[in-house]
Amino acid sequence: MADGQEPPAFSAEAQVGSDVALSGRRSRLTQFLLRYGIVLALVALGAVFAWRSPVFLTSENLLQVLLQASVNIIVALGMTFVIITAGIDLSVGSTAALSGMVAATTMSTGLPIVGIAVSWPVAVLVGLLTGVLVGFASGVIVTSLRITPFIVTLGMLSVVRGLTLIYSGGRPVFGFPEGFTNLAGTIGPVPTPAIIAGILAIISAFVLRFTRLGEYTYAIGGNEEAARLSGVPVDRYKIAIYTLCGAFAAVAGIVLTARLRVAEPNAASGYELDAIAATVMGGTSLFGGEGTVVGTVIGALIIATLRNGLNLLNVQAYYQQLAIGLVIILAVALDRFRQR
Amino acid sequence: MTDGNAPGMTPTLRVADVSKSYPGVRALQHVDLEVLPGEIHAVIGENGAGKSTLMKIVFGVTQPDSGAIEVQGTPVHIGSPVEAQRLGVAMVHQELSLVPALDVARNIYLGREPSLALGIIDWPALYRNAGALLRRLGIALNPRQVVRGLSTAHKQMVEIARALSWQSKLLILDEPTSSLTQGEIRELFRILRDLKTGGVSVLYISHRLEELPEIADRVTVMRDGHTVGTVDARSTPIPALIRMMVGRGVDQLFPRAHVPIGDEILRVEGLTRHGVVEDVSFSVHAGEIVGMAGLVGAGRSETARLIVGADKKDAGRTIIDGRVVEIGSPAVAIAAGIALLPEDRKQQGLVLPLPVKNNLSLATLREFTRFGIVWQRERDRMAQRFVRDLSIRTPNLDFRVRNLSGGNQQKVVLGKWLGSHPRVLIFDEPTRGIDVGAKVEVYEEMNDLIARGAGILLISSELPEVLGMSDRVLVMHEGRLVADLPRAEATPERVIALASGEELPVLTSAHHG
Repeated sequence: MADGQEPPAFSAEAQVGSDVALSGRRSRLTQFLLRYGIVLALVALGAVFAWRSPVFLTSENLLQVLLQASVNIIVALGMTFVIITAGIDLSVGSTAALSGMVAATTMSTGLPIVGIAVSWPVAVLVGLLTGVLVGFASGVIVTSLRITPFIVTLGMLSVVRGLTLIYSGGRPVFGFPEGFTNLAGTIGPVPTPAIIAGILAIISAFVLRFTRLGEYTYAIGGNEEAARLSGVPVDRYKIAIYTLCGAFAAVAGIVLTARLRVAEPNAASGYELDAIAATVMGGTSLFGGEGTVVGTVIGALIIATLRNGLNLLNVQAYYQQLAIGLVIILAVALDRFRQR
Repeated sequence: MTDGNAPGMTPTLRVADVSKSYPGVRALQHVDLEVLPGEIHAVIGENGAGKSTLMKIVFGVTQPDSGAIEVQGTPVHIGSPVEAQRLGVAMVHQELSLVPALDVARNIYLGREPSLALGIIDWPALYRNAGALLRRLGIALNPRQVVRGLSTAHKQMVEIARALSWQSKLLILDEPTSSLTQGEIRELFRILRDLKTGGVSVLYISHRLEELPEIADRVTVMRDGHTVGTVDARSTPIPALIRMMVGRGVDQLFPRAHVPIGDEILRVEGLTRHGVVEDVSFSVHAGEIVGMAGLVGAGRSETARLIVGADKKDAGRTIIDGRVVEIGSPAVAIAAGIALLPEDRKQQGLVLPLPVKNNLSLATLREFTRFGIVWQRERDRMAQRFVRDLSIRTPNLDFRVRNLSGGNQQKVVLGKWLGSHPRVLIFDEPTRGIDVGAKVEVYEEMNDLIARGAGILLISSELPEVLGMSDRVLVMHEGRLVADLPRAEATPERVIALASGEELPVLTSAHHG
């Protein structure tokens, strides 16, 4: 400080003071609701279902909800990274299907092209690699051709689904070794997919919160130009993030294949929408720069709880669809309010 | 006409005792303003003095907390720009708001097209009316010309025509000349004088004090949300206006410390990006502040962006410490010790949703990262140090920069670059929109930098700032460097003449060989 004589320096101080005052102006309750509203929504939803259905709160049913949420959580984790960069990946459902299909055919007829028989873990790795390649391709196209992610991944959605159909000849593949289907078994009482989703969620949360990749993810989404001018290799990180998203989609596709015990060429279609819904409900901003893993996981749990609870209450599938849609809009409206 | 106390004349606009607070800022405090019929009334003041808030209130964009507004003697509540326009108040914004794909006439009547039955637009009437309006204003534009291809000056004239198509009694112009050439300014002034003769009042916001005696009748000076006073535009000398604006003499504004000038650190030769920057060559030495003046659009920021690799250059090379360095990206520039404090801190400098500490570490995150993991404690220590050294007023390190004041935001950007230990720091409009106190702190920081042997390129549209802080002054005009003057030869008149192309370049292309 050069001096202290002129009022502006003081007014700047006053300014910060009242910024705090501003945030204090919204009541504690409002603040709590805005930050944890999504948690309360989940609890409230659970309470309603517990009240209306004797089955809902049983441990079997709750584990079932977890199982049902798992695949969506895994896809949505990758989506969270992408959306925080202000991007989007619409191809994740197709990517999951292709990865699951590639893993499945590798198990039944050996490595792609060469046809050498391999053990199931190798087949899983080949499936994973497939997702990685798809994500990498999306990332490269987004960054090198400067086309918006929405368009690129909308194209990839169709391209990858087409590849899956061509590759499989439109036929489902089944008959897997037990080791593989155990990926969808249980460890103790807990479904293995839920454990996989949990571990991936913890890793994702750590990466976003504590690593340079995480920091740059937020910075790119918050202001890509500022990040670039600050020396962040934006394109390289974006490619990495789309690749990561593809990898998550592949894991989801493989887990799904293990759970259904069949790889369908039309599997996982529409999963991108559930993943986006979970992410956005969890408070990740479509404009980028904001979002958390915890929010995404809770968003996915809300969707699963809603489906499960409405089933228990024998609500027709048509109405379920309607209810889920309304909840999504409500959640995003809440987010809008929060951002004001 | 210039006498504000003419008896019996009902003011077109009267603002009485208006106050307005935003979270954290008392933007206006007991502001008074009176604009007479046919008067061109200038409002001046530093960035943040409250001019734009006052204009927003008069135009109905925002409402005052207290106070009264009268239009032509009638107390009014102006709840929205539409209401303002109905009351005869029109505004031409600094950022022009035309639809580029539509033609002049359709822009003028956008949303108010003359229509026949069933909502069918009466095209012949629309073009007839637009033609008549443009003729009446003496604006030589074809109503069918698509706006996209027009110059800034012509776009502004379309805005003025649109504003006046409402039969406006009061026209608000927000820094209308900031991006115009001398010739275009003369044309604008002619139109404004015609309007004045027709009884229209003009509220004229400007940073260019030297043009006020020519165009304005009276000047109201604002400072820190107050109206300091209203004076006659022709008889009040500019230094007196400046004293009213800043509340003290000008000499203290630029606390320039001089250090011995050392070796050349940075030299650019023949820097070119076609159509934007042509063949620019200059150098920066240790301990030196090189100022760069020019009009908006002269290619100054573009030159800076080429130097740090933010945009691709078509030709030219960069020499750092005598060695040619190929700077292909900002990351390379940073590694080479060259940093750019960009012109628009919100668009280019800050990641607004992120906290102070994350912004401070953005350019140097590698230093705090091991095995990909950011070591929070080390980063916090660094952030804490900059918050203290630069007196960044923030409640804590996790406070989002979006909620800081402009001056403190700028200090965060500055801190980010100081952390990268730049040999040459390019300041592009470093004090735009920040208050006087924060400005002086930025200048002090420049002094510290040169004292430590760094060099500075200072790009600024505030001529006093360039002249007050620089050892040497570069002038750009239409993408070319037209002068490289020692401080002593850089008089304001000369720099303005060079910048506007009225004095021939004092550099030849043989300058670099």
